[in-house]
Amino acid sequence: MSEERQIQLEVLRYNPETDLEPRYQTYTVPCVNEWVVLDALNYVKENLDPTLSFRWSCHMAVCGSCGYMINGEPKLGCKAFIHEYGDHIRVEPLAHFPIERDLVTVVEDFITKFASVKPYLIPKEEKPISAGEYKQTPAQLMKFKQYTLCINCMLCYAACPQYGLVPEFLGPAAISMAHRYNQDSRDGGRDQRQEVIASHEGVWECSFVGACSEVCPKHVDPAGALQQVKVASTIDWYQEHLMPWSKK
Amino acid sequence: MAKSNKPIVWGLFAAGGTVTAFITPALVLLTLFAAMRFAPTMFTYESIHAFAANWLGKVIIFGVITLSLWHAAHRFRVTLYDFGVRADLVVATILYIIAAIGTISAFFSLLSIH
Repeated sequence: MSEERQIQLEVLRYNPETDLEPRYQTYTVPCVNEWVVLDALNYVKENLDPTLSFRWSCHMAVCGSCGYMINGEPKLGCKAFIHEYGDHIRVEPLAHFPIERDLVTVVEDFITKFASVKPYLIPKEEKPISAGEYKQTPAQLMKFKQYTLCINCMLCYAACPQYGLVPEFLGPAAISMAHRYNQDSRDGGRDQRQEVIASHEGVWECSFVGACSEVCPKHVDPAGALQQVKVASTIDWYQEHLMPWSKK
Repeated sequence: MAKSNKPIVWGLFAAGGTVTAFITPALVLLTLFAAMRFAPTMFTYESIHAFAANWLGKVIIFGVITLSLWHAAHRFRVTLYDFGVRADLVVATILYIIAAIGTISAFFSLLSIH
């Protein structure tokens, strides 16, 4: 049966209209062990303090909205179970992003970078609808299926020390999504994406810390994707410089 | 955005990483045994000398030494960067020069073994 216990939920608060800098506020929340941290936040919002702001939507690790730093680690609020923590839980906005208000971060940098890698299918050849589907074998699908599971929750950006140090870095999710389309047998846009991801601010800022793959709630393994992109970009480089006749 | 030229050093780093991951632990163990005066006949001075005198042996030793050097240089560069040393160009130049000197001296030392 459900066991009720009280936790101290320490939440970072920041209101740009009234606060000079962020502060912490602690709420006492009666929880049942089956709750996740997002439930505790919603309890606060509904019962204790309606001014608390945070993003969430699906409550089932699909939408990628409720990423916070929970006890210093990037987690989805809907996947962080209360029973995995002690009686004191600290919730902060995702690291490396500016704070818009309370737990809500400014994510434009990520969205711009994500869009810059053209994360959509660029068909090798345009076909009229009457020509039917672009077909694919299960083996061809397996090459990239894992990377399609990304929900753009940005936990990997909050975990990546390189992104924290070098804000220009394109980052894990954007590059692994570029890799996802590059690996797709129906796609012909790799050359366009390479211009962005094979740049210095692209994959080459990655020093393979691997934190992105550790925190990914969907087990996408962005670090693995980035290593594969490095190998492929290295082969490209040697082809372009030592065998210029082999390309274009 | 221009494409980066980092693949030159990263290629050597990756190849070196693969080589060192497999060979360095074995070399450390064998060196330890040799230091303890326990050298199986295959690893006596004479047989290792004969190995280094052989052309294929030279190529293998050259590959292991130089790839390890380039791997170490690049790894150290990235480590320094992670520790907050932001003079990347200076660090990279110094480390890669060391690796290049090691490469050249390995080449000539191996040539001198007959």
